[in-house]
Order: sequence, then C-alpha cells, then structure tokens
Amino acid sequence: MPELKESSSPAEIEQERWEQQTLKPALEKHPERKKAFKTVSLDDVERLYTPADVADLDFARDISFPGEFPYTRGIHPTGYRGKLWTMRQFAGFSTPEETNARFKYLMRQGQTGLSVAYDLPTLMGYDADSPLSEGEVGKCGVAVSSLADMEVLFDGIPLEQVTVSQTINAPASVLLAMYLVVAEKQGARWDKISGTLQNDILKEYIAQKEWIYPIKPAMKLVIDTFGFCTEHVPRYNPISVSGYHIREAGATAAQELAFTLRDGIEYVAWGVEAGLDVDRFVPRMSFFFNAHNDFFEEIAKYRAARRIWAREMKNRFGSNYERTLQLRFHTQTAGVSLTVQQPLNNIVRVAIQALAGVLGGTQSLHTDAYDEALALPTDRAALIALRTQQIIAEETGVVNTIDPLGGSYYLESLTEKMEQEALEYFRKIDAMGGMVAAIEKGFPQREIQDSAYHYQKAVERGDQVIVGVNKYTMTDEPSEVPILVIDESVRTHQLERLEQTRTRRDTGAVANALEKLRLAAQKNENTMPATIDAVRVYATLEEICSALREIYGIYEEPAF
Amino acid sequence: MSNRKIRVLVAKPGLDGHDRGAKVIARALRDAGMEVIYTGLRQTPEMIAAAALQEDVDAVGVSILSGAHNTLCPRIVQLLREKGMDNCLVLVGGIVPQEDLPKLKEQGIAEVFLPGTSTEDIVKFLQANVKPRD
Repeated sequence: MPELKESSSPAEIEQERWEQQTLKPALEKHPERKKAFKTVSLDDVERLYTPADVADLDFARDISFPGEFPYTRGIHPTGYRGKLWTMRQFAGFSTPEETNARFKYLMRQGQTGLSVAYDLPTLMGYDADSPLSEGEVGKCGVAVSSLADMEVLFDGIPLEQVTVSQTINAPASVLLAMYLVVAEKQGARWDKISGTLQNDILKEYIAQKEWIYPIKPAMKLVIDTFGFCTEHVPRYNPISVSGYHIREAGATAAQELAFTLRDGIEYVAWGVEAGLDVDRFVPRMSFFFNAHNDFFEEIAKYRAARRIWAREMKNRFGSNYERTLQLRFHTQTAGVSLTVQQPLNNIVRVAIQALAGVLGGTQSLHTDAYDEALALPTDRAALIALRTQQIIAEETGVVNTIDPLGGSYYLESLTEKMEQEALEYFRKIDAMGGMVAAIEKGFPQREIQDSAYHYQKAVERGDQVIVGVNKYTMTDEPSEVPILVIDESVRTHQLERLEQTRTRRDTGAVANALEKLRLAAQKNENTMPATIDAVRVYATLEEICSALREIYGIYEEPAF
Repeated sequence: MSNRKIRVLVAKPGLDGHDRGAKVIARALRDAGMEVIYTGLRQTPEMIAAAALQEDVDAVGVSILSGAHNTLCPRIVQLLREKGMDNCLVLVGGIVPQEDLPKLKEQGIAEVFLPGTSTEDIVKFLQANVKPRD
C-alpha cells in the first residue's frame, strides 16, 4: 500500500492510484525514451499535469476573464474576434528608395503596419560617410543619415493612416524627431499619428549592445521622449520594452520575461521620478517578446507577462487605470532558431512559433523569413512569411475563441511557474538597487551568457535536437536558396545624397541648432524640441549624436 | 611538441553588437584549455591586428554577422601579414553566404564556420592547424 500524506487532496490520491495501477506496469514494459524531458530553456517538464498542479490557483484572482484584471487571458474582451493582430513585417535594407519600394510591396500584399530596420551606422549614430560605417551601409537595414533620407523612406506613405514601428534605440530621439518632421511635411497632425519607437536602451546594455552614451543620460533621453509624446503625440508609443534581443542573446524564457518586465518597471520608476503621471505615460508603453521553439513555454510566458505587469503596476505604482495595467505586446519569431542547413525547414519553425504568439494573444506579429540565417530576406521569402500569418488568421480557426488553451493543467501550471521565476529575479534586482544598478554590476549580462553556454552544450551533447543540424543532417543538401545581396553601390548612392544635403542646407542654422541642443542637454531640459529643430534644418544624425556625446560622454562596457 | 597553450584572440569587428557567438566560443576555447583574449565590441581591423601582435596569439577568431565580412576580414589578414604574423590563423564565424567562401579563403582566411557549427569542431580545427612553436 503506497504511503499517502495526510494532507493529500482527492486529486493527489487519484493521481497516486493512476501511477501505481496504470503507469508503473507500463513503464516496466516500455521505459520512456529518455530520463528527463526539458523545454528549450532546459527546464524539466513533468510527465503529466493534473488538477493537483493548479490547485493553488484561484480562477477569479489568477486567471479571470479577458479584458479584466489580471488580464491573464488577454486585454481585449473579444480577443481576435473583434480585431486580428497587426501583421507587421520588419523590413529595411539598402537605400531609402529600395526600402520604400519593399514597404509598398508588402502593403499591397495585405500587410497592415510597417516596421523599419535601420542599418548599423544609423543604429550607432554614424552617418554613411563616417570611416566607421565602411562596409556596413545599408547591409542590416536601411541607411538614414538625415531628414533627406527619411523623406524618401516615407514618400507616398500617409503617416496619419499607417502605423510605423521603428527599431532604433541609442539615437531613438533623433529618428523620432525625423519621423515627426516628415509627418508634419505631409500635413499629418502629430496628435493623429500613431506608431512605435523601440527606444529601449536598457536591453542594449543587457543584450543587443548598440549603445552610445552612458546609461543614466541615455535613460534621461528615453524619459524625454515619454514627456514629449505624452504632451504632443499622445497616440504614439514612445517605447517598446524588448525581451526579443535578450532571448536571442541566449536567455531562457523565464529570463526574457523577468528582465524585460523589470526593465519596464525601471522606465516607469524613472518616469515617475521625472514628474510624469503614471496613468498618462504608462498606457503608451508597449512590449516586444520573442516566439521561440518551445510552444507551451512561450504561450505561458505571454500570459504570465500580462498578469505580472498588471499586478506590478497596481502594487508598485498604485494604478487602478485599466490601460496602465494592460500589457500590450509585439511578437517576433526567433531568428536565432533558424538554420542555415536545409533552410526551407525554417518556414515550418516560423509557422509554429507564430502560432504560439497568436495563442498567447499578441497585438502584432513579425514572422521571420526562411532565409534570415543566410542574409536579409528576398521578396519571395518575405512574402511567404507574411502569408504564414494570413494562413494562421484565416484558415486554422485558432482565432475563433479567446485564449483557447486557458485552463489546460500544463499551461496554467507553467504560467504560474513563469510568474514565480520572474518575481524571484525581481527580488534579486530590487535588492541590487534596480535594473540600472544590476546592469552596471553585469548581472543580467552574466545570467544570459551562462544560459547561452549551457544551451550550446546541450545542443552539442544532442540533448537539444535541431533538425538538420545535429539530427537528420544531410551531406548533399538540395539546391541553394537565392539570397539578397547588398553591394557597395548603396554607400555611393547614400554619400551623394549626404553631400547634396550638406551643400544645400543653411550651415549657420545647423550650427545654431546644435548649440541649442548642447545647452538643453547641459541644463537637463527636455532635449526633444531642440532635436526636432536640428533635424528640421538638416543637421545629420551623426552631428546630433556627436553634440550629445560631447555633453554625455560614451559608455564603456564592463570587462568580460 | 611544445607545451605552450594555444592562444586565441576572439574579435568582434564592425559596428554590430551581437556578441552571443563570440562569448560562447571564447568560453568553449577556454574550457578546452586554450588562452583566450576577447577584444570587446566595435574593433577596427587595425585594432584587432595590433591586439593580435601584442598578445602574440596563434589564431584570431573573427565573429561577424553584419554582412561586412568581405570588407573587414581580408583587411585583418593583410594587416597581420604586414606585421609579420605569417603563421597566425584567421578564422571567421557568423553569417556568410556560400558564394563568398572561396574568395575569403583565397584572401587568406583559414576557415569559415557557419551557424550550426559545434564548438568542438572549432577546438579540433585549432588543435590540428596551429603550428607548434617553442
């Protein structure tokens, strides 16, 4: 007779009976395929989840209804029955002319929002003619050095109607200024335009590593955009707090969740410190998560994210305003999961990852193109990626009911586990004095590096299977896929426009505007108005960033 | 056979900040008993070659995912040769299209490791190809 604890619930007693009567003889006859079953984050997964695993959850308190606190099941009372997610494919390469053409092509194919990828010089605040930009112009995104490039990039795209997301961080306030001036020139009203600026500098220090200034002045620039947008561009999301890059750098799902939300809390705290009203700026904060290979782990992560954010905004900042409590997020499938080997398999990976994002209730989605482990996507690959989303939306039926996996013993138990792991990280980071202090100590960076290393080792041992890489490999792979090649003519083209811009502009006005920006930075004023004025007279990105570098200095990474 | 440990400089040239690969490789090579120096981010070819000379390394592992490999990698080889480091191997790891591989090899890159490569293969390559010295 098996020993039973006195406190065992009927569900536990019943499970114990099943294990003895049914499971044990089966295991004796046919042992399981391996000793431990793990998620892609290398967390153990139990054989079976039962009511006993969710016994501590309270439906009203922890799960509740869509559109109601704590929003575990989604922020919209109608889910996707009211409105589908925005299909927002990240695109940008070569010249502003080429990217403008790709944008228009994607919109003709039914894409519902735009998302700009900038090249590395732009991300780092250098112009196309900087010696540091050599070999990099237009390679990883579109090259933008001044307002003149931005005007071409959005030519014929009505910014009052289309929402545009911009992936830009260290120089985000400058690109926002360019965007606002282009909108103004089109006759669009700032209080009518919407869109998103990534502007998440904390994750740059943690994972993506495209920084310019030291952390504290960089945080101040972020808060400047919050203040400015709250007053003048109220429908715009001035930040997309991003776990995507944290995950790509090697974090586990729980680390992605914890560090991203703790970053979000840090921005709110800094905003409050600067005198902003929580219920005016937090509703315009958005989030951005990865959709990796482990299907249930990802869905649990999104559900936990909503629940944690709602609770933290209530408990830490005393908000009761629903739009402050509701976490809205964009999702992108995991670039890091795509393989060079047998690249067409990536179409399947992307479809399954995208499905997790949808079942997790994402507000917008980017599906990676199958050729992204090789180069930037071709038109054909980008189209298949968009069609993948349209197939999920229109053919699979998963959009017909809200949070269809809610109530699954496994998923609810995993959602709860994710929340607890994130809260444990919050306690550690709070004890260090917050996220800025934790980053200065190198804490999240080290945690991520360790996870990346353990994952690599698990792949090399064969514990984590990657089809086509460490199992089902082929020595003679079928035909290669065509790839997009960006040559150095892009740089020549961009240098010509930059030279024309420098010749045509009023140099006195540029010098004045840059001086005013330096003064605003020195006096600790909001830098946005002076940035906009500098952009308007065609000061270049590098000139503006250099003016700020003079005042703020540059960041030095802690030693590895 | 010398007892000198293999010394490797792991380098990140260009503006890209994606350092997951560089750091995983650095740690794997250290675990395999090599001495590893990591340059940190955003190094010019000149800075990388100077560090390679100063640290007297046997190999330079260049991690690059930005598409700038054709400009930056041959330049590193050229600068190393100018400094007389004729035996210093230059390995490249990252996102490099197949059609660029022959040209990179012609320009003196010892090997290009594409995504999906096992760190053990890189360790074995270094052990087999680094020239022993006293």
